[in-house]
Amino acid sequence: MSVLVVRDLHVTYPPDLPAVRGLDLTVAGGEIVGVVGESGSGKSALALAVLGLLPPGARVRGSVRLRGAELLGRSDAELARVRGRDLAMVFQNPLSALTPAHPVGDQIAETIRLHAGATRRAARTRAVELLDLVGIPDAPRSARAYPHEFSGGMRQRVMIAMAVANDPVAIVADEPTTALDVTVQAQILGLLRAARDATGAAIVLITHDLGVVAEVADRVVVLYAGREAESGPVRDVYRRPRMPYTIGLLGSLPRLDGARRPAPIPGAPPPAGGPPAPCAFRPRCPVGGPACDVAPPEPVLVGVGHRVACADPAATLDPSRVFPPAPAAPPRPPGDRRPPVLRVTGLVRHFPPRRTRPRGRPVRAVDGVTLEVRAGETLGLVGESGCGKTTVLMEILRLDRPQHGRITVLGRDTATLTASHRRALRRDLQVVFQDPLSSLDPRMRVRAILAQPLRTHRVARAAVPGRVAELLDLVGLEPALADRYPGALSSGQRQRVAIARALALEPRLVLLDEPVASLDVSVQAQIMDLLQDLQARLGLAYVFVSHDLAVVRRMADRVAVMYNGRIVEQGAVGAVYGSPAHPYTRALLDAVPVPDPSARDRADGRQRTLRGDPPDPSAPVAGCRFRPRCPAFPALDAATRRRCEREEPPALPVVPGTDQDAACHRVPR
Amino acid sequence: MTRRLPGNRRTTAGAVLLTALFLAAFLGPLVAPWDGERIDYAAFRAPPSAAHWLGTTQSGRDVLALTLQGMRTSLLVGLLVAVLSTGFAAAVGMTAGVLGGWADRLLMFGADLLLVLPSFLAVAALAPSLGGGPGLVPLIAAFLWMITARMVRAMTLSLNRRDYVRAARYLGVGPVRVVVRHILPHLASLLIVDAALNVSLAILTESGLAYLGFGAQPPDVSLGTLIADARAAAPVYPWLFAAAAGPLVLIVLAVNLLGDGLRDALDPAIARCS
Repeated sequence: MSVLVVRDLHVTYPPDLPAVRGLDLTVAGGEIVGVVGESGSGKSALALAVLGLLPPGARVRGSVRLRGAELLGRSDAELARVRGRDLAMVFQNPLSALTPAHPVGDQIAETIRLHAGATRRAARTRAVELLDLVGIPDAPRSARAYPHEFSGGMRQRVMIAMAVANDPVAIVADEPTTALDVTVQAQILGLLRAARDATGAAIVLITHDLGVVAEVADRVVVLYAGREAESGPVRDVYRRPRMPYTIGLLGSLPRLDGARRPAPIPGAPPPAGGPPAPCAFRPRCPVGGPACDVAPPEPVLVGVGHRVACADPAATLDPSRVFPPAPAAPPRPPGDRRPPVLRVTGLVRHFPPRRTRPRGRPVRAVDGVTLEVRAGETLGLVGESGCGKTTVLMEILRLDRPQHGRITVLGRDTATLTASHRRALRRDLQVVFQDPLSSLDPRMRVRAILAQPLRTHRVARAAVPGRVAELLDLVGLEPALADRYPGALSSGQRQRVAIARALALEPRLVLLDEPVASLDVSVQAQIMDLLQDLQARLGLAYVFVSHDLAVVRRMADRVAVMYNGRIVEQGAVGAVYGSPAHPYTRALLDAVPVPDPSARDRADGRQRTLRGDPPDPSAPVAGCRFRPRCPAFPALDAATRRRCEREEPPALPVVPGTDQDAACHRVPR
Repeated sequence: MTRRLPGNRRTTAGAVLLTALFLAAFLGPLVAPWDGERIDYAAFRAPPSAAHWLGTTQSGRDVLALTLQGMRTSLLVGLLVAVLSTGFAAAVGMTAGVLGGWADRLLMFGADLLLVLPSFLAVAALAPSLGGGPGLVPLIAAFLWMITARMVRAMTLSLNRRDYVRAARYLGVGPVRVVVRHILPHLASLLIVDAALNVSLAILTESGLAYLGFGAQPPDVSLGTLIADARAAAPVYPWLFAAAAGPLVLIVLAVNLLGDGLRDALDPAIARCS
């Protein structure tokens, strides 16, 4: 039975930006429908319109029916009686969605009292039950805790408890796991499925992550520029995508198995408002024909429940013809002969405790990290938030004496550098930050941004304009963009400018701090291609920091896995991903949602999710730091267990003769 | 594409008014029929006439000429104080923000010390020894920079942590260049608005001091002394009072319009919120 029915929904933001342009969506009870799209696709506007939470000034047209009752056009007071009872929501950021001044138990009890009219005591008891249900340890005590006392994952559990409190018929979850680490994301997705099973609610899961959809959704709706591009059962859409956009999107996803690498979709998603062209994807579509310019494509059925809004579905019968696979990258010679450009030994960085915390202990952000990067090679540094990976980068970039340990850049020990040597060394060491919008000065034109490093290092004034043009060309940008400000560029173009700036002085080592994390999937693929192409042409060495294991798999030659300030495993990408030796690496790999629904069934047999949260770096445990979350620890024999509790495991080769190291007592040597 | 700057009309109105007042104050004496030094023994407290457009005072001096002279003092004091105090605030705030450590603590201690001093008393006590009018400039400026300096420091601290500032540093850009290129431009809107506010504040302070007898001493004239002179006779000889108070109000209004307009034009974020 269809619980939530959206018909011909239009949302227009002031002054006149259409965000959703005629959308149909039907969700049955007990069904999870994933709504995916890139920025500007209208997915958030859809969620807000369904919930009746659009900002004032937004115009909305069409129909949203919940169990047959129209929601659009109702007053806020009427909607408030529906929201929280029949229609529940889970937002992206649970910290801002929970009131910081009240204990979480009270907040859950409040919705129960409001909507179900329960007594204070009954509501409290129910709140504790719900917290227990969503897997919060020691629920009676946790109910009295405030939101800031919980970790991100625990807060999201509280949000889900609140959402299911009144047995809703539909739940709208807007990017519920985007702010979470992969291991926690896996827990929350499992919980969302459990919530569906328990309440039989219809769930609309809005996300940009195709992996998340493949993991939990039954059906998927792909949005593009405010319209449905394709929809259908997850298996059909993922196995046989028919809309060129979906084909390109799925193809451009980096994969954990490192397989196939089709050409990325050119261009960027249109900004909100979208082009007036009949088919919004036409400018980026490789198989478009004259039929595409006539009228907006109506969705046509191409399978059971599988609809595609394409004027020429026949052209997409063979997906590999739409975006042909890119020629395989030439295999690179092994790196062990080349000289190291960066060597970090026993690096330590502790931050003094915050003054606001009495009796605080220092935060041991980096606590003995050893790694090496050779010329022309990419080292991927992966780990969850707070594991210290960005701190490692910043310590290298400082080019100064570290608290402990030693950093050698291009053969020079940073502790012994003079100011002028340090300045000279900066030419060879560059950085690209995560968010290009914040790393480019909004008041400088692209031309000035690219000229800055040249001027700083006294390149002849006359040579600068030529070099700027060269750099723009190098990163695939039009020369005309030189006169723009960063604010007038798309996010992909901005990141290209940031990369061009880093390459201006022909560095030999580039540190990349999550360079694609803030980009849309289709743009992500382009930037990764660009980075690899530049590496091959210029012989660059990269340190690629990321939380995304699939991205690292695609970019790196060697990978180092960080946990709580230390590297737990390190080695060639193929070896580490193929046969991870450390249980944490194993768990991380298992937790990554694979954009392939058929992997779901195979996965169920595996020990999937890691318990607990990423650790607090100011309170390290004795012995192995991973022990409290280690899935292997309980099954170990007593002697090994004792070692795990007492000795910090050293990084030792997993197999003698290879360069795969793991810091785990369990690994047989 | 025409981009409508918010607050554009206010900026224009303020700028036009201020220019007109400036022209009047500095070029007016060339046109006015009577100059300020001379005394007309034929007209004491005469109402406006062809010879004396705004009438004369009790001692037979031309009100128009006196007013123009007072306006010159006020405008000069206002501008100089604004440039001085805002410039000093920017220098102190940015130095404190960029250097940090003991320099930061020392400079902010100085600012806090001046903040807790009863500034009006201090100015009133020191003013007579500095002479009136332009002599007051450094004194007034010395008590106007502290809050701005604190704001500049706070903004510098946050700008200093931005990725583009870090990126510039890691490129090897020197600290002075970072400040000039990446920090100062982002403080510009704050500083311009602050300067505009300081102009009116300084003019009002100077007039207030003069009114109370701490500012310009005869034969110097300021709008404040004119108001003080005209005060007692205001009900009977209103042109005396209006001639002194009117320009004061107009100057402050013009400067405030200009400042507000500039702020909205330079800082779209604020305009959108209002």
